[in-house]
Amino acid sequence: MKFTRKNILGIADLSREEIEGILETALMFSEVNTRAIKKVPTLRGRTVINVFFENSTRTRTSFELAGKRLSADVVNFTSSSSALSKGESLLDTAKNLAAMQPDILVCRHSCAGASHILARYLQSTSVINAGDGSHEHPSQALLDMMTVLKVRKKVDGLRVAIVGDISHSRVARSNIYCFQKMGASVSVVGPASMMPSAIKDLGVDVHYNLKQGIEGADIIMMLRIQMERIKQSPFPSLREYSRYFGLNLETIKTLKKDALIMHPGPVNRGVEIDPGIADGPYSVILDQVTNGVAVRMALLYLLSNAQSMNL
Amino acid sequence: MTQILNKESFEEAIKKLAEKIREEQTDLNNIAFIGIHTRGVHLSNRLAKIFKNSGVNVQQGILDINLYRDDLSQSSDKPILKETKITFDVSGKIIYLIDDVLYTGRTVRAAMDAVFDLGRPQAVHLVVMAKRSGRELPIDTNLCAITIDTKQDDSVAVRFEETDNVDEISLFGKGEQI
Amino acid sequence: MMKTLIKNGQLIDPQNNISGLFDVLLIDDKIEAVAPQGTLVVSDTKEIDARGLVVCPGFVDLHCHLREPGFEYKETISSGTASAVAGGFTSVCCMANTHPVNDNATVTAFIQKQVRETGYCHVYPIGAITKELKGEALANIAELNDAGCIAISDDGNTVQNARLMKIALDYARSFGLPITTHSLEINLANNGHMNASIMSTKLGLKGLPNVAEDIIIARDIMLAEQSGAHLHVGHVSTAIGITLVQEAKERGAKITCEVTPHHFSLTDEALVGYNTNFKMYPPLRTRKDIDALKTAFKNGVVDAIATDHAPHGIIDKELEFDRAAFGIIGFETALPLSLNLVREGVITLEEMVGLLTVKPANVFNLSGGTLSQGRFADIVLFDQNASWTFDEGKIYSKSKNSPFLGTELRGRVIKTLVKGRLVYDVSSGVL
Repeated sequence: MKFTRKNILGIADLSREEIEGILETALMFSEVNTRAIKKVPTLRGRTVINVFFENSTRTRTSFELAGKRLSADVVNFTSSSSALSKGESLLDTAKNLAAMQPDILVCRHSCAGASHILARYLQSTSVINAGDGSHEHPSQALLDMMTVLKVRKKVDGLRVAIVGDISHSRVARSNIYCFQKMGASVSVVGPASMMPSAIKDLGVDVHYNLKQGIEGADIIMMLRIQMERIKQSPFPSLREYSRYFGLNLETIKTLKKDALIMHPGPVNRGVEIDPGIADGPYSVILDQVTNGVAVRMALLYLLSNAQSMNL
Repeated sequence: MTQILNKESFEEAIKKLAEKIREEQTDLNNIAFIGIHTRGVHLSNRLAKIFKNSGVNVQQGILDINLYRDDLSQSSDKPILKETKITFDVSGKIIYLIDDVLYTGRTVRAAMDAVFDLGRPQAVHLVVMAKRSGRELPIDTNLCAITIDTKQDDSVAVRFEETDNVDEISLFGKGEQI
Repeated sequence: MMKTLIKNGQLIDPQNNISGLFDVLLIDDKIEAVAPQGTLVVSDTKEIDARGLVVCPGFVDLHCHLREPGFEYKETISSGTASAVAGGFTSVCCMANTHPVNDNATVTAFIQKQVRETGYCHVYPIGAITKELKGEALANIAELNDAGCIAISDDGNTVQNARLMKIALDYARSFGLPITTHSLEINLANNGHMNASIMSTKLGLKGLPNVAEDIIIARDIMLAEQSGAHLHVGHVSTAIGITLVQEAKERGAKITCEVTPHHFSLTDEALVGYNTNFKMYPPLRTRKDIDALKTAFKNGVVDAIATDHAPHGIIDKELEFDRAAFGIIGFETALPLSLNLVREGVITLEEMVGLLTVKPANVFNLSGGTLSQGRFADIVLFDQNASWTFDEGKIYSKSKNSPFLGTELRGRVIKTLVKGRLVYDVSSGVL
């Protein structure tokens, strides 16, 4: 595979071949992550800036670790320490960062399309979208895919159910694209008030009932209820949501024996998922976190290679 | 194209290499082979088989040196990583790095870095089928089946049955199709 | 006394049912005569040869933002009217959302003074419905009427309170003042940034659903019908919205409406790439909505093509999509986009000219839009077929926020005259 992209902005842009190439590379990096000395010199002298306009300790740490294990110089730039609070615009910030000549920017932003705008203005810097508003979170979908592939070897024909606030979820969008491209069929499950416009046109089945939605599913992906993103709540109370759309010990009895339960984290225990299930036998939630580092190493590595190629 | 080793002489050469290693080492229980992707792995397997036939089980590992290259900027043709699989502890071991051709020496330099990231071997040796002209680093070995004087534009192809359907070493001049 | 003869053109004057090879004679700032080609024989005239061009009344825009006073970095009355005449407009109606808001006679008078001193064309101010556009208390509507406002509107700050809207319609009706609206129910709008559709789902942007527009159009039509007031529904963008207007008209209600060129030219699919020059209010809708708007054009439901010219500077537009301002400039692209309707066979050339001239003039009772004898000589000459690329360097507006930047357009204004004076010529610019 030739990987020649300048940026990773969304799964929607990637071909199946590219997704497979990234995951193959990520699997190789898994080996590095099991060594006593978890570091290779590959990206020595390259600079990666994590530009996080929205807080996310977990994703940022994962990217930071990925960069450092490849020997890149990794700098974190978070909104609390940035000039954004002083009224500087995204583009001013971007231009200033670009003037420091980083090789790769990893961007998290609460506005959809922020990474696209950065990528358009930064001619010689690669941009990785680490989550933009309710749009996409490509590295999350790739690490989810890697987690499934490690257990199931093949994704073609699998049935995936994504449960929760589809409307506000970038994880849902990236995973819908990713699983579909890899040959799985995807259902989305939740109350209609949490479904975005014309969601069926993405080629998914829509279920408003949890039990029906997860019946026969090989993978159940529970989304985090993001109270902070919902001004007027699309459901009456957490208690009611949890009762009707949360995964509990009763509902998992109906699951297939080899079903996998995933969650992008952080888990609201007792809301979308029963405390016992997150740590239970179906759960691969911590594998997701482990694989996240390898996937992000692969992205940094492939983009660096592509940069060299495009010189 | 000039064929330098044919099937028979190829096999003979590997046997001789095994013999050289055996003569060199007193403690055969402490040696390990690390084959460098792709054809170094084949040579490593062949050597290990010879040792096994004489009752010595040599530990084997596989190494992809892509992450240790000094030329990421020119490695565009193979961005995809291959497997690195070294399940034993390299510390204290006598390591034989095994590759098909010794040319500039850069691959070996990368491989040594990779091995040292995994531990501190007692010694590192290098085994290759062919040694050609064109060294760019102070790296050399006596453990080679054949030494070929080459011009800069020449290519040396070491082929293995396992991936190339033939055992042979050939020399290609400038412009000749490999 | 100055005499000008515009001859050899294809003259279209829908008011007087004229379309054909006619010449028009101007004396000073007025229309003197329109007559078949070659029949006007006058001495001492300056002649303008309009061979191959359409000659028609200057365009009338019922909906624009000139930004002065208060936002002169986006546009001034001078730059805005320069942009207008470059687009063939000779009369424009400017919205009240200036700073301070045009909710009193002093601001209206200031705008009129700036127009006299710096403007290139006629400008008719639209006053506010409520003080400071806050939707709380009525502005001094009678005072605005006396000062010369030709309609009232809170435009983008839709009056949310139905009872207040009812009072405003009743009160305005007493003075014969039309109310023009931007239809948007603020809670349903939910701080959306683009049309709610599969595109908003794909792009992860919050959607402004059609229903947020439809529900206010329905409400205002009901209120206006009950009151008997004249409601002019601004920039209708939805299939249901235009149907509501059509039904109200069929009932004989005093309802008029306008549609913008961008709403019948572009769909929300243009938002891929998050270019904020495609962010507007109402948002770009779907093919289905465009089809409904075109059907409405065909059936004569639409009273005016209006630009909603809304200039914004770089600091308003070069931002994250969520944070960028709504609106695009529109004067200079209105003609070629409207001509597309003619080329597609939706309306005739004569109908298009009507929708840009006499029909909008009639909506707000303006004197322009016709070549009748004795009227101001506001005239535009355009080439239906000239192809040109719309790029930043050619824009007369102070702002460059157009979704059509870099686009090849067909149809171009060649000359614009206001009160008999040549104010724009394609070869020498705004004069």
